[in-house]
Amino acid sequence: MDFLKDLWGFLNKRKKFWLLPIIIVLLLFGVLIVLTSGTAIAPFIYTIF
Amino acid sequence: MSDIILGISAFYHDSAAAVISDGEIIAAAHEERFTRKKHDSGFPHNAAKYVLEEAGVSPERIKLVSFYDKPYIKFERLLETYHAFAPKGLKSFSSAIPVWIKEKLFMKKMLAEELERLGVGHVPVQFPEHHLSHAASAFYPSPFAESAILTIDGVGEWATATIGYGEGKNIKILKELDFPHSLGLLYSAFTYYCGFKVNSGEYKLMGLAPYGHPNSQKVEEYKQKIVDQLVDIREDGSILLNMDYFNFATGLTMTNDPQWEKLFGIKRREMESQLTQDYMDMSLAIQQITEDIVIGMARTAKNLTGSEYLVLAGGVALNCVANGKLLRTGLFSDIWIQPAAGDAGGALGAALASWHISLGRERKVNTDPDNMQGSLLGPSYSDNDIERVIRKYQGKAEHFSDFDALTKKTAALLAEGNVVGWFQGRMEYGPRALGNRSILGDPRNAEMQKKLNLKIKYREGFRPFAPSVLEEDISEFFDLDRPSPYMLLVAQVNDSRLNPLPENYDSMPMMDRLYHLRSDVPSITHIDFSARIQSVRKETNPRYWQIINEFKKLTGYGVVVNTSFNVRGEPIVCTPDDAYRCFMRTEMDYLVIGDFFFAKSDQPAIDLKEKFDGD
Repeated sequence: MDFLKDLWGFLNKRKKFWLLPIIIVLLLFGVLIVLTSGTAIAPFIYTIF
Repeated sequence: MSDIILGISAFYHDSAAAVISDGEIIAAAHEERFTRKKHDSGFPHNAAKYVLEEAGVSPERIKLVSFYDKPYIKFERLLETYHAFAPKGLKSFSSAIPVWIKEKLFMKKMLAEELERLGVGHVPVQFPEHHLSHAASAFYPSPFAESAILTIDGVGEWATATIGYGEGKNIKILKELDFPHSLGLLYSAFTYYCGFKVNSGEYKLMGLAPYGHPNSQKVEEYKQKIVDQLVDIREDGSILLNMDYFNFATGLTMTNDPQWEKLFGIKRREMESQLTQDYMDMSLAIQQITEDIVIGMARTAKNLTGSEYLVLAGGVALNCVANGKLLRTGLFSDIWIQPAAGDAGGALGAALASWHISLGRERKVNTDPDNMQGSLLGPSYSDNDIERVIRKYQGKAEHFSDFDALTKKTAALLAEGNVVGWFQGRMEYGPRALGNRSILGDPRNAEMQKKLNLKIKYREGFRPFAPSVLEEDISEFFDLDRPSPYMLLVAQVNDSRLNPLPENYDSMPMMDRLYHLRSDVPSITHIDFSARIQSVRKETNPRYWQIINEFKKLTGYGVVVNTSFNVRGEPIVCTPDDAYRCFMRTEMDYLVIGDFFFAKSDQPAIDLKEKFDGD
């Protein structure tokens, strides 16, 4: 939660809200990579790329 | 109870930790010296542990931790750069982003975990900007009550150079140059193209530049091409790089090689391959342009602040040739350069920025010489520690209870042409060895440069060596009217000491020029008759002053060759154990650690299989 708070604080202060979608997508990919590393969901990620 | 602040620089290169107590600098050290991994970028666990021990405080006593940059703004720069250059840079993007998503975006958490490992509880963590950390490291320890501040490096968050003004406890940033337009990265691009490693080879490029033929058509041609095609130098010293020629913003290399090849007519030099005159001329061209840009920026700093003084930090401030030229312009009455001007110095700067700016505490100026304590801020070792090393390696050492006798003996050996490892007191903070972790030699000895480069340091034969001179004797040897305690000013050797040159000196092959006897102190006189001077003050480093003074009594020369105590690719030695192993791996003749004297011929053979990567 701290991370999200800091991230929002940063975007707000720098007025860089346009970065938000990029960061969300990157984070989702990040979560996906962490969750799928070495698991059965792994092939799913290949279809995305 | 005093307030303790821990400063940290980490996760990029040259990690370090520093501790200040009520604003007073207590200790600072590079992590690489403990881990023995050059430019170590990991969290400085060992360095932090050491600085806290040195301060004599338990980790719970820390009031706050200050990290030397703002990670989110760095991430912003990364995303905006990839966005601006898209679709170029996909390869670099896919290698950089996972590291951010997995680690660097969660820097605060990562730091909290590392601090917990250190035993630091929940304390506030502050993130001053990268260049503010540099500015703080330059201004607060300097001897000036107010001064202009110039910071120049590769890149921090966005800034690659800043001009500021410091007065009392305040620093105001007045002007900023942003990525990708960077003097540091321009210099690194040439470092890369001339076949040296980025981030460590810049020093070699600076040492190579004097081998270029000054005022030759080739150098002028290179300079013209650089200013016509690569970099637009503005009136105020700011620069604009032509990104068609550079690859660092989105690629995995510094330069766009085919474009450079077309422009300069030479291929990028392979590492360790033969150095031809073209690369020497190229390095001279970029060195001269760098000097012009630094002086341009300093002129703007003067115009903006009106100050008589200037302080400098950031990696480019380690370019002591440019510093010397800047001093000689007379733009400022005096300049002061942070000895740990690179990113390691950010640890100290961050801590000082938090103390003076965030906590608003007043500054105590030390005008003579400054507040850096000679930059001798690292660990020292006791006789017991040294004796342990002697037992470990079954070494043979003589203990001197009389330091005068030890220096007399050592000075005599130096005067006979021997090379001596000199290890005393606290380790240096910053990239230069300043007489506590040094290898010493006789500057009068014409063979010394060759011997030190090839048999002791195992490094390129062209590289110059620096002198350590008694502060009171500077003007006897060099054209410099003030101290240079941190080896960050280059000046000419006095004309009276130079030997006449053959008419064709400038066109002689590199090695013939190198081994030509240029002065009566040939091994510290670079090929262009310059020297990278360290002046030694008795009060700051009495033991080092004494050995040089003993050498003077014997020879009439209050100057010795000083090179860092390490071999190529190895971090400077930290402990007596590191020093003994380095001594045994090389052809060094004698070693002095504290009050112990070691002769190589007395030591038993030991099998040392340490290997260090090239630098």
